[in-house]
Amino acid sequence: MGLESYIKDNGFLTTQLNAIIGWARKNSVWPMPMGISCCAIEMMAVGDPKYDIARFGSEVMRFTPRQCDLMIVAGTVTYKMAPVVRKIYDQMPDPKWVIAMGACTSSGGMYRSYSVVQGIDQFLPVDIYLAGCPPRPDNLLHALMMIQDKIGKTKASQFPNITIEDKGIKLPELNVIQNN
Amino acid sequence: MDLKAVIPQKLKEKFPSVEFEVTDYRDELTIKFDKKIVVEICTFLKTDADLEFNWCSDVTAIDWATRKNRFTVVYNIFSIKHNFRLRLKADVDESECSIDTVSSVWKAANWQERETYDMYGIKFNNHPDLRRMYMPEEFEYYPLRKDFPLMGIPGSLPLPKK
Repeated sequence: MGLESYIKDNGFLTTQLNAIIGWARKNSVWPMPMGISCCAIEMMAVGDPKYDIARFGSEVMRFTPRQCDLMIVAGTVTYKMAPVVRKIYDQMPDPKWVIAMGACTSSGGMYRSYSVVQGIDQFLPVDIYLAGCPPRPDNLLHALMMIQDKIGKTKASQFPNITIEDKGIKLPELNVIQNN
Repeated sequence: MDLKAVIPQKLKEKFPSVEFEVTDYRDELTIKFDKKIVVEICTFLKTDADLEFNWCSDVTAIDWATRKNRFTVVYNIFSIKHNFRLRLKADVDESECSIDTVSSVWKAANWQERETYDMYGIKFNNHPDLRRMYMPEEFEYYPLRKDFPLMGIPGSLPLPKK
């Protein structure tokens, strides 16, 4: 069945590193569910068996930013919430992507008001703007497929290769507990 | 017992020197009075055995923009025993923008007064913890005042750097 029938004894394949890294990355995108209002309900629906985000290798919603590479900002971002969203984005390891899900996140939507950020691209780099109020689950899947396309086409050498020293961050010295 | 008749009568007996402006509109009773005696009146309405207004369901304000007494503080209170709602009003001028707190009478008024302070800038004297409710602490304006622009004041709310 499938690939196994082609591999007799010791099969091998030739490819380029760029291609295989992109292929591996795009099929294991781990999302950070930044659900801050009603769009989050549609995001949850994407995880259920009817829409099933697991078909795209992205079912691992992680609630710690350290294990994520895609941030789905699902909901209205207020000025008070913006520093929190940015802090969580900063904690995600490179390379990372952002989906601005829904009208509020992309442009402020119907909240044309002093308290709502009129589009999260004012403080975050956004890869995909997803229209809808809220977008249907299949729209989110489409956005995910577009992100996968983008990841697959980007060469590994094009990703920003920033070390922590470049960012001016100094790690604290490790406290080694010595057993006598 | 018709509370609509009883409440103004009782108030006049208890506070003979105070002027009350009683309105009955669409079956809703509203009583307006001077802001200086707000705590006494609220304490009376809560503790009197025939009334027992034991739930403060909302404290808010109205901005009249150009009127002489610019703000009106509104208290919506409810008597669970009698299933009766009552609205209290007191005028506050911009030059002396403060009123005594009723959070000593109803604990629920604590956060509602903080919200009113946050949105209108009306100070509640003797309030135990008068901080902003919604807006950041360092925000300098009061968003529900009529002279506050809908889209806010540019640069007053900082965003993180891109």
